[in-house]
Amino acid sequence: MTVSTLVARRRRPSRPVGVPRRGAYHPSRPRKSVVFTLITGVFLVYALFPLLWMVINATKDLPDFLGTFGFAFGGRFALWDNIVTVFTYQNGIFGRWLLNTLMYVAFGAGGAVFLAVFAGYGLAKFSFPGKRGVFATVMGAIAVPSAALAVPTFLMFAKLGLTNTPISVIVPSLVAPFGLYLMYVFAAEAIPTEMLEAARVDGASELRTFFQVGLPLLAPGIVTVSLFTITATWNNYFLPLIMLKDSTWYPLTIGLNQWNAQSSTVGAEAVQNLVITGSLLTIIPLIVTFLFLQKYWQAGLAAGSVKG
Amino acid sequence: MEKRTVSVTAITQGSVTVDPASAVSAGAAPRRRRHRHDWRGWTFVGPFMIVFLLVFIAPLVYALVLSTFTDRMIGGVQFVGFANFLTLFQDPQFWASLGRVTLVLLVQVPIMLLLSMFLALAIDSGRLHGTNFFRISIFIPYLVPAVVSALMWGFMYGARYGLVGQLNRALGTGIDLFSPDWILGAIGNVITWEYVGYNMLIFYSALTTVPGSLYEAAVIDGANEWQVIRAIKLPQLRGALAIATIFSIIGTFQLFNEPSVMQKMAPSVINGSFTPNLYAFNLSFGSRQQGYAAALAIVMGLITVAIAYVVQLRGMRANDEGRGRRAR
Repeated sequence: MTVSTLVARRRRPSRPVGVPRRGAYHPSRPRKSVVFTLITGVFLVYALFPLLWMVINATKDLPDFLGTFGFAFGGRFALWDNIVTVFTYQNGIFGRWLLNTLMYVAFGAGGAVFLAVFAGYGLAKFSFPGKRGVFATVMGAIAVPSAALAVPTFLMFAKLGLTNTPISVIVPSLVAPFGLYLMYVFAAEAIPTEMLEAARVDGASELRTFFQVGLPLLAPGIVTVSLFTITATWNNYFLPLIMLKDSTWYPLTIGLNQWNAQSSTVGAEAVQNLVITGSLLTIIPLIVTFLFLQKYWQAGLAAGSVKG
Repeated sequence: MEKRTVSVTAITQGSVTVDPASAVSAGAAPRRRRHRHDWRGWTFVGPFMIVFLLVFIAPLVYALVLSTFTDRMIGGVQFVGFANFLTLFQDPQFWASLGRVTLVLLVQVPIMLLLSMFLALAIDSGRLHGTNFFRISIFIPYLVPAVVSALMWGFMYGARYGLVGQLNRALGTGIDLFSPDWILGAIGNVITWEYVGYNMLIFYSALTTVPGSLYEAAVIDGANEWQVIRAIKLPQLRGALAIATIFSIIGTFQLFNEPSVMQKMAPSVINGSFTPNLYAFNLSFGSRQQGYAAALAIVMGLITVAIAYVVQLRGMRANDEGRGRRAR
C-alpha cells in the first residue's frame, strides 16, 4: 500500500492520495449496469428455460403434452394426478427407485466422503513411507476414463457373483479421487500443524486428535465435498446401467430412462408425462439442498481454490 | 506409468499457486527427520487405498490382461497378444466414433469454456443486478442428471411433438435436430447447458481469491476495468482454465449418457458406435467381445492422458511466462 501510494503521489501530485477521480472505475465499488445485466440475462434464460419447460409440462396429461404448445399450460392442470400416478404406476416402483437412490447416496457417497476426509487429512498432515506413490497414483486416477474401468469392473464383479446387487453400485462409488484431492487441499490449509502437536503433547491419540482438532476445522470442506459427491452418486447412470439387470435395484436415473424407452416402443404404453413429472421429482431434492446450503459450499469452494 | 501419474500430479500443481508436494514436505519435514519410519499416516490413508486398489487398480490391471484375449466361436477364449489393438486400428467404426468426439472437443469445449469464463467475469464484476441469483441459477443445470437433461432436451428437440416441431409448423421450416447434420450440435448443446455453470463456478472461485490489495493498487495506478481484467483477472484464471480444460477433455472422450439416452429418440442416427464409450459398451454387452472392448477402453484412456498431458504442459509454460512477466 505504501509503495503504491508513493508511486501514485509521484505520478499524479494534483490529486489527494487514495481518492480516485470522481466516477472512476473501482473494482470493489462497481456501478450496476442494466444493459450488462440484460446481456448476461440471455444466458440466464438459456440456463433456466428448459427447467421452466419441465415444470410446465409436468402439469399436463399425456394428450395435452402431445397436443399443446410446450410453453403453454394444457387444458387440464394435471400435476397432482401425474405425481400420484408416478408413485403408483407399476405397483409404485418409482418409490422403490427413490429409496434405492437414497441408499446408494447414503452408503456410496457417504462412504466416499468418509474415506476422502480420512485420507486427505493423512496426506496433508503426515509424512509416511510411500506417500509420494499414493499421491501420484491417486492423482493419476483422476485422468483415467471411468469407461476404461467400468467393463473390467463389471467382469470382476460378475466373477464374484456380485452384479445385480446394491453392492456392485455402492463399492465402486466409494472412491472419489477428486474429493480426496479437495480434502487434501482443505486439510493442508485449514489445520495448523501446531494445533495437532499441542493435542499430541497433551497425550491425545492420533484418532482423538483427528476427531477433536482436525474434523471441526474441516467442516466447510466436508460440506462441499459431500454435496458434490452426493450429486455425482444421485445422478450416476453408467455404473448402475452396467451392473444392474433387475429393475427393483434401479436408481431413479435408470428407471426414468426405462420409462422413456417404453414410451418409444411400439405397442407399449406411452408415459412421457410420467417421465417428465418423475424427472422433476428427481431433480428437486438436489436443487433444494444446494440452495439451502449455498453459504457453506460457496465458502468451501472459495477456500479450496485459494490453491486452485 | 510412473512418469505419467507424476505428471498428472503436476497438472494439479500447475493450477495451484503453491506446489502441494513441496508444501507438504515443507510442513512435515522436521517430523520426517525425527521418525524415519513413521507409519501413522497410513492409519488415515490406508482405508481409502484398500478400496482404491480394489475398484481402481485391480480393474485397470484386469483390463490390460483382458485386452490380450479374444472369445472365438471355435476354440473359446484364446490369448491373442496385440491382435485386438491391431484390429482396432483398422476398425472404421472406431475411427468414426473417435472423429465425432474429437469434433465435439474442438467445437463445443472452447465455446463452453469461453461462455463460462465470460459469465464468471460478469458475475465477479459486481455490475449485474441480482448477482447472487445469476450465480446460483446458472449453476443449477449441473445438478440435473445427464439422463434427465438428455430426456428433457430430447423432448424439446422432437420434430413431431417437441418445441422444434411446434416451431417448424409455426414458421413453415423443416428443421430436424435428430438428423445426421444436426445431431452433434444437438448433443453439444445439451453438454454445454449441463456444464457451463459448473465451469463458471470453477472460474469464479479462482477470481474470488484475487487479493483486494491488487485491485487497490490498480485503481491508484488509474487502471480502467478492461485493464484490470487483462492484467489481473485473466492471469488469475490460468490455473482454473487448465483444470477445466482437462476435465472437459476427459468428459468429452467419455461421452456416453446423452447419446445413450437420445438413441431411443433417434435410433437411425445414433448408432451403436456413435462414441467410443458407447461402442465399448455395446461390444461388451451386445456382442460379448470383451477383450476387444477392453483394448478400445485402454486406447481411449491413453489418448485422453496424452492430450491432458499436453494441455498441462502448455498451461504450465503459460504459467511460467506469466510469472516471469509479472516479476519483471
